[in-house]
Amino acid sequence: MLNYLIRRLLYAVPILLGVIFLTFVLFRVVNTPEHAAINALGPKSSVTARAEWIENNGRNLPLYRQFATHVKQLATFDFQPSTVTKRPMGETFLDGVGPSLCVTLPGFILGLCFALVLSLYQVFVRHSAADRTITLFCVVMMSVPTMVYIIFGQAVVALGLGWFPVSGFHAGLDGVRFLLLPVAIMAIINLGYDARMFRAVFLEEIAQDYVRTAHAKGLSATRVLSRHVLKNGLIALITLTVGQLPKLIMGTLLIESFFGIPGIGNVMVLGIQTSDEPVVLACAYLGALLYLAALILTDILYAAADPRIRLS
Amino acid sequence: MDIFTHWLTQDILLILGLGGIATMLTRAARSERWSRAATRFRTDRTGVIALCVVCIYLFIGALETCRVPVGGGATKSLLDFVIGGIPDERSYSAPFSNQILTDTKPQPDPLNSRYHILGTNQLGQDVFVQTLKACRTALIIGGLTSAIYIPLGALFGIFAGYFRRWVDDIIQYLYSTLASIPEILLLVSILFVLGPGLGSISIALGVTGWVGLCRLVRGETMRQSERSYITAARALGQSHWNIITRHLLPNVMHLVLINFVLGFSGIVLSEAILSYLGVGCPVGTASWGVMIDSGRSELSRDPVVWWNLTAATTALFGLVLSLNLLGDSLRKAFDPKRG
Repeated sequence: MLNYLIRRLLYAVPILLGVIFLTFVLFRVVNTPEHAAINALGPKSSVTARAEWIENNGRNLPLYRQFATHVKQLATFDFQPSTVTKRPMGETFLDGVGPSLCVTLPGFILGLCFALVLSLYQVFVRHSAADRTITLFCVVMMSVPTMVYIIFGQAVVALGLGWFPVSGFHAGLDGVRFLLLPVAIMAIINLGYDARMFRAVFLEEIAQDYVRTAHAKGLSATRVLSRHVLKNGLIALITLTVGQLPKLIMGTLLIESFFGIPGIGNVMVLGIQTSDEPVVLACAYLGALLYLAALILTDILYAAADPRIRLS
Repeated sequence: MDIFTHWLTQDILLILGLGGIATMLTRAARSERWSRAATRFRTDRTGVIALCVVCIYLFIGALETCRVPVGGGATKSLLDFVIGGIPDERSYSAPFSNQILTDTKPQPDPLNSRYHILGTNQLGQDVFVQTLKACRTALIIGGLTSAIYIPLGALFGIFAGYFRRWVDDIIQYLYSTLASIPEILLLVSILFVLGPGLGSISIALGVTGWVGLCRLVRGETMRQSERSYITAARALGQSHWNIITRHLLPNVMHLVLINFVLGFSGIVLSEAILSYLGVGCPVGTASWGVMIDSGRSELSRDPVVWWNLTAATTALFGLVLSLNLLGDSLRKAFDPKRG
């Protein structure tokens, strides 16, 4: 197991280097110094101010030296401070982690549970009219843009019916009412897609021999589903769920910015809208790190659950 | 870049693009797998309806893309000839209403026009016309993006699956690196650097979009290469290039088609999100994303302006839903066992 773990971690190193190289090409090569200076100082800045900015930020150095600085900065998490708020990046992100997790984590888990229940029910009544209706419903849900869920929730449920506050965030137990609507939206935006994927996994699982054996030994259909199919399907579900993480990030981005939740997603959206290069770079890099870590974690979980994987 | 914005270039590109798809489909339809799939597809009512809806959208988008000069250096799209000539109001006006909603209070419309069937937007443009014009944006972004990511994904996938070894290693490394940056963050980073615009959106979506197709094609190519017809082709001394273009490509083309249809719906949705984030379509483009974005502030004003958001959402939803259904039907038609 330890052997596998080390091997898996070593695989991640070249990919991480690739990510660093990619961000370098994007932000330091394709993004010309002049363009970067205009982004940082605004379109009305003078030519001398821009030249000075380029000089101060080392953007006039040869590319290999810029690359060395870039690698050093990213590897040691020494990001430049935001050009708009002037706050150091570490502080900004640490402040944002709490609110972001408050929305993302419950929403994500709730969404997974919904999708699991829905897909298990579909498999239970498979190939019937109910199954087909739910599948169609899932496709319909997949076809609505995320923003429309949010705008609809805000305009109708919060503003029209007045059940929830429209936006805002408050720490402590008092703030729960602010979170209910964002969490609910987070839970349903990926429901259609998740349920469809899960259904396919379970359908494949239910065609296996062990399911027939379980039925033959006289177990009830519910018991076969909840004990055997769910347990075996879960291994495949772990991978699918981690593959969904990038979608989760997108959901957070939009929900936080619409509901005014002071999380990382909001920082990112503000960074994009104000052309704040250090913020966008740091978000892309940290996002990649997080996703890589999640992928490694899945592989380890996977190997722990299924000994066949370690051998190959 | 001037040459790309010229009306003649755009017309030619449009005709080439649509013609290319049509030729590819008719050529592919000769193979046995495709003609069997076509027979199966014809009995699938949902799929046929979805295909018709997609064709209507394509037709409207093509009408708006096709421009002809009207003298004085100005150009007019074919769509303008059909539904043009609707005068602009000064600001918002509700469907069929003859009042204008400005910042203070509703004023009677000087034109006394009740024919804005979906009302007008903040600039007083007719929402129905704008919604139809946005088909062009969706068509262009979808078309350009597909023109970038489909060749990349299909060729890399086939190379990786056919040559294996170091070619496979390099291609796998490339796409695992790309895929390890969460898609939206990579998209935003690319667009941040390139700046907003239809071309940049297509490049960004194309560069990030080929990974899924590549994985799919790679797997299928690996399965096909084990089959005896590839061994036979090799034994007969066929060149790698011949094997790839004559034998492998036709046998993975159905995956490409399904991915193209489903990918198109993803592209349309992504465009909406990117436009909301402010890195998508430039302001002033008729795009569903921009319209949905402006709907946010319109819903919180009084009186509520709902028609702009509703029109854009419905139009976008209709296209994405029919593309999704069409993709599913195609998958079922090509692979009835797993569908």
